[in-house]
Amino acid sequence: MSAIYILWLRELKRYVRSRTQIVASLGQPMLYLLVLGFGLGPVFQRAGNGSYFQFMAPGVIGMTVLFSSIFSGLGLLWDRQFGFLKETLVAPVPRLQIMIGRTLGGATVSIVQGLLVTTVCVIAGFRPVDFATVPLAMVFMVLIAIVFAALGVAIGSSLQDMQGFQLIMNFMVLPIFFLSGALFPLAGLPKALQIATAVDPLSYGIDGMRTVLLGRSHFGAMTDLIVLSAVGAVLLVIGAQRFSKIEI
Amino acid sequence: MIRVENLVKSFGSFTAVSDVSFEVAEGEIFAFLGPNGAGKTTTIKMLTTLLKPTSGAIELDGLDPQKQQNEARKRFGIVFQDPSLDGELTAWENMEVHGVLYHVPHKIRRQRAEELLKLFELWERRKDQVKKFSGGMKRRLEIARGFLHTPKILFLDEPTLGLDPQSRNQLWTHVKRVNESERVTVFLTTHYMDEADRVAHRIGVIDHGKLVAQGTPQAIKEQTGTESLEEAFLKLTGSTIRDESAGSADQMRQFAKMWSGGRR
Repeated sequence: MSAIYILWLRELKRYVRSRTQIVASLGQPMLYLLVLGFGLGPVFQRAGNGSYFQFMAPGVIGMTVLFSSIFSGLGLLWDRQFGFLKETLVAPVPRLQIMIGRTLGGATVSIVQGLLVTTVCVIAGFRPVDFATVPLAMVFMVLIAIVFAALGVAIGSSLQDMQGFQLIMNFMVLPIFFLSGALFPLAGLPKALQIATAVDPLSYGIDGMRTVLLGRSHFGAMTDLIVLSAVGAVLLVIGAQRFSKIEI
Repeated sequence: MIRVENLVKSFGSFTAVSDVSFEVAEGEIFAFLGPNGAGKTTTIKMLTTLLKPTSGAIELDGLDPQKQQNEARKRFGIVFQDPSLDGELTAWENMEVHGVLYHVPHKIRRQRAEELLKLFELWERRKDQVKKFSGGMKRRLEIARGFLHTPKILFLDEPTLGLDPQSRNQLWTHVKRVNESERVTVFLTTHYMDEADRVAHRIGVIDHGKLVAQGTPQAIKEQTGTESLEEAFLKLTGSTIRDESAGSADQMRQFAKMWSGGRR
């Protein structure tokens, strides 16, 4: 247990110490939220969907958690490069614990990051139906964070170096984001897109947040919860398995 | 304490370690010598569960590091050849993480960390992030960290690389001390033959993945008819200079240099 704790703590310390990174990682969500949110607002409104800014805020929060958690998992590659990974791999601690410590650390960091963006959204004018539902939205944030931190670890364990990073960014992280319904409503899509959005786990996370924060739902909160938990469990198992097989 | 039989490791068509067998007794200091790329680090990685051997058997304190990974890991400590510190953490935090991972009880952990940081003259800088340290200081911290817990077997992979004579002296004195007082078995590699001659009880020379000589420093000198270990080494391994192909880790390090100022 203490091993999990110390590795979790390490992730947090690293996060708190990289102030420039915290600020930098807020840049992209801000851009989406403020530029797209207000830019596409009038069109969205005219189409009879209400406020785009309101609609998009949960999507941007989900995006922040997605990016932050998947990158924390891929942080494994940096640790491999700077050698710290070896130090943990030869320690007399089951690799499962090491993986869990890292994943929880990464997930925690991305939840903090998500809450930061939530705060910014509220300051910029985002109003949930009821502020009492924010803790419920956090449940979805936690699930998103765990799903993608585990995915990051699974990928990070399978890669040798940063070469594949761009590939993953362009063919995995960005599609996950764009297909999640963060930016557009999932109803009434062409068949192909409908399928693609339905297999994207992030869709369920964002839908869940939208359900509790705004009261508009596509899949239904229960489905969201079940799908995310199931995918999270599967990815944790895969991540743990890949992690235990790392050779240096 | 360590037994290796017909150990082989190949990467594709390249055989890094080929049919190596040796034994290291409990309480012994064994120096594993060889030119660059001879297979020293690969052997250490296999001994310390970081790599799977292609074939052959390894025994650490009667355990198979492949099958009983965790039990085996409890037996040894290691100072790596290349860096393995977390640059974002302070020196003290690096010691803490290590101590926790190796189950050193809280009180002993603090006390030993203090002693070791003082011994390697890092105590004043303990609250500084490691990324601000010079190469020599990082190296000293790695070594101090390696001594934080008392393993049965201590692996030192070129521990003195980049150390000044003072620290080197400090290191070997400490190695001898734990070896004598706590019967720690030491398995080390080095390129400094005088160090091996001075410290090691027995020596194995590896070249092109094959063990070419084994015995006490004295025996090896006699066997090759040379005066010093350095001459014996050159006689055994020839005088051509070896190149190591850059592994993916090295390539990444270069990549990181390009992006220095990056996050980690």
